[in-house]
Amino acid sequence: MIELADVTHRYGAQVALDGVGLTVRSGEFVALVGGSGSGKTTLLKTINGLVRPDDGRIAVDGEDVAAVAPHLLRRRIGYVFQEVGLFPHLTVAENIGVTPKLLGWGPPRIAARVRTLLDLVALPGDVADRPPSALSGGQRQRVGVARALAAEPGVMLMDEPFGALDPLTRDQLGADYLALHRQLGLTTVMVTHDIAEAVLLADRLVVMRQGRILADGPPADLLAAASDPAVRALLEAPRRQADRLRERLGG
Amino acid sequence: MNPQFAAALDLLPGYLAWHVLLSASALALGLAISLPLAIAAARRPRLRWPLLALASLIQTIPGLALLALFYPLLLAVSAVAEAATGRGFSALGFLPSLLALTLYAVLPILRNGVAGLAGVDPAIAEAADGVGMTPRQKLLQVELPLAAPVIMAGVRTAAVWTIGAATLATPVGQTSLGNYIFAGLQTENWVFVLFGCAASAVLAMAADQLLGLAERGVRTRRRGLIIAGVAGLIVGAGLAMAPLAGSGAPTAYVVGAKNFSEQYILAELMAGELERTGARVTRKENLGSNVAYRALAAGEIDVYVDYSGTLWTNVLGRTDNPGRAAMVDQLSAELRRRDGVVVLGSLGFENAYAFAMRQDRARALGVASLVDLAKVAPQLTLGTDVEFLSRPEWKAVDAAYGLSFRATRSFQPTFMYRALGGGEADVISAFSSDGRIAADRLTVLSDPRGAIPPYDAVILVSPRRAADKRFLDALRPLVGAIGVEAMRAANYSVDRDADKRTPAEAARWLRAQSAPES
Repeated sequence: MIELADVTHRYGAQVALDGVGLTVRSGEFVALVGGSGSGKTTLLKTINGLVRPDDGRIAVDGEDVAAVAPHLLRRRIGYVFQEVGLFPHLTVAENIGVTPKLLGWGPPRIAARVRTLLDLVALPGDVADRPPSALSGGQRQRVGVARALAAEPGVMLMDEPFGALDPLTRDQLGADYLALHRQLGLTTVMVTHDIAEAVLLADRLVVMRQGRILADGPPADLLAAASDPAVRALLEAPRRQADRLRERLGG
Repeated sequence: MNPQFAAALDLLPGYLAWHVLLSASALALGLAISLPLAIAAARRPRLRWPLLALASLIQTIPGLALLALFYPLLLAVSAVAEAATGRGFSALGFLPSLLALTLYAVLPILRNGVAGLAGVDPAIAEAADGVGMTPRQKLLQVELPLAAPVIMAGVRTAAVWTIGAATLATPVGQTSLGNYIFAGLQTENWVFVLFGCAASAVLAMAADQLLGLAERGVRTRRRGLIIAGVAGLIVGAGLAMAPLAGSGAPTAYVVGAKNFSEQYILAELMAGELERTGARVTRKENLGSNVAYRALAAGEIDVYVDYSGTLWTNVLGRTDNPGRAAMVDQLSAELRRRDGVVVLGSLGFENAYAFAMRQDRARALGVASLVDLAKVAPQLTLGTDVEFLSRPEWKAVDAAYGLSFRATRSFQPTFMYRALGGGEADVISAFSSDGRIAADRLTVLSDPRGAIPPYDAVILVSPRRAADKRFLDALRPLVGAIGVEAMRAANYSVDRDADKRTPAEAARWLRAQSAPES
């Protein structure tokens, strides 16, 4: 469970988070949506301490984030982001095994875990010894997901994880990840600007603007009940798009 | 084989060993200093600019000046250390060379280190944080490995610079491949100069290639190449430094020499006398005029030859001229009282400043003395060695005769004589014991007002050898034994273009002239 209370953060004079409160229950899949500069990425990064907020309290599984050494916190939380950030000087297997190694796992246990994870993210076993540069963009992001899952975290933070991929790969990876989320009983918070993706994957949408939460709830409820016209417009966009597509393609 | 080439080859093991030891130590020390600085500067952009600016500033100081500046600095530090702990250290030789070269090695490594570390993809740095690395783990496991190829390129540059600049260690008394270059320049031994340049260039290229191999290994993540490059460097450096391992016994005596042929010959002559007693002797050659005296007073060299007029004006700061004998007597008393330095005695000849002109030119202008010279000086160019115009002797001469030349140019002594022959100078500040005065049939202008002090060559002994009987007895036979004709001939045999002698050969010849009985 993730709990944020009155979280405020500024970059200079710019307010990125303005007294945000949010609770994510265990096993939930939450999508943070909103335009550029809405504060969604900053909010995500406060959860694993990549951003230290100026004010407010954040707890993961009941433990105050500010009271834990950041590197220890991050070893318990999976983190996936758009640029992936695979270590180019390590093989795929070494990339996946990096957090277990930091935790002091033995080599046989790491090797077994790497095999399991490659399987889990649907990558062939023979990529293990290749450098990341030998993989396609989609394969690289699958390795990124495997690396985040390596130390068996309960919480996954994802920042536009599939944003740089072509639509087909993105669709496939999103579906595959949702299956993993359910299978492993993960708690996932995902930042995305793609409303359709958010609606398709998440149990719950959190809409942000100017460092505040505008709306929060399951996609269908929000669409039915949102009073803010901006939120309505945002949520209706994928439906309008789907309608137009159906018209043009005669489906 | 060319005898000069053979002589050069003979000296190679010792010179190369010191050169490698010096540049390898400077490079290692430079790496140890600049890598932490690069890491600090990459972390704190505010530190980056001042650090890089300072390193660049040091790089703009001419190498020779940087080396020379460390001498007085270390001398002062040594004096403080001696006062505080009762033990000083040598301000000459290895230490100043090492420090100056280390400073030279810092910039390329620092600059590339900062560029390499700052150039790590921010996404990868964020991933390192994200997977739970501590700042130290991030540095060691991600940032340094990724910056390594760029850092290695900086190390290569530093290695080439350091090996090249190490030749400049010779004038502060550190043996290096520069000994070929500086000695060759003074004695017009171009084989030596070329040999020194080639040896240092080959060494630099070899180090560069081996580091390049390691760099390629780092870049392509091929462990074998890294090991091959580093092992090659270690084995090569080890082999080159092997001759030093045998010389572990403490050096008995250090003979110093300033930077011209006569000094090399006299140093060899004194070294020969000392070696005849079974003592081990090393030489520190190419010392600057004032550096030599201070090194002697500080006990860093044990003996060298200086000239009475030079000591009179430069060390004692006197401008009067009490006459030859009185000057040597007063010098003996004063130097002993002030610095504990012993004037063992005069060698028997004088090497004074002497204004010289080509014979035909002097005759055409009607110049025979400095009085005549003053009348035509405004049409003439004066050629001098690099220090003459800043010496008190020149001020004394100028005050006595009012010499105002159309232009003045300074040269290395060798090129000063050439300039006179080629017409680039009309008058030069020659040396009276120089063989080239007779060989080039130069006219030496008389000094009717006695403005130029006498310059008797005297043997100076350091305070710590003042009571060393074996040492003093070995050198005493040289007092009064060298006439000016013999010295001129010996000098010329080293300076002439054809059939050159080495300073050691000339010293043996000189000894045979002066002491036929032994």
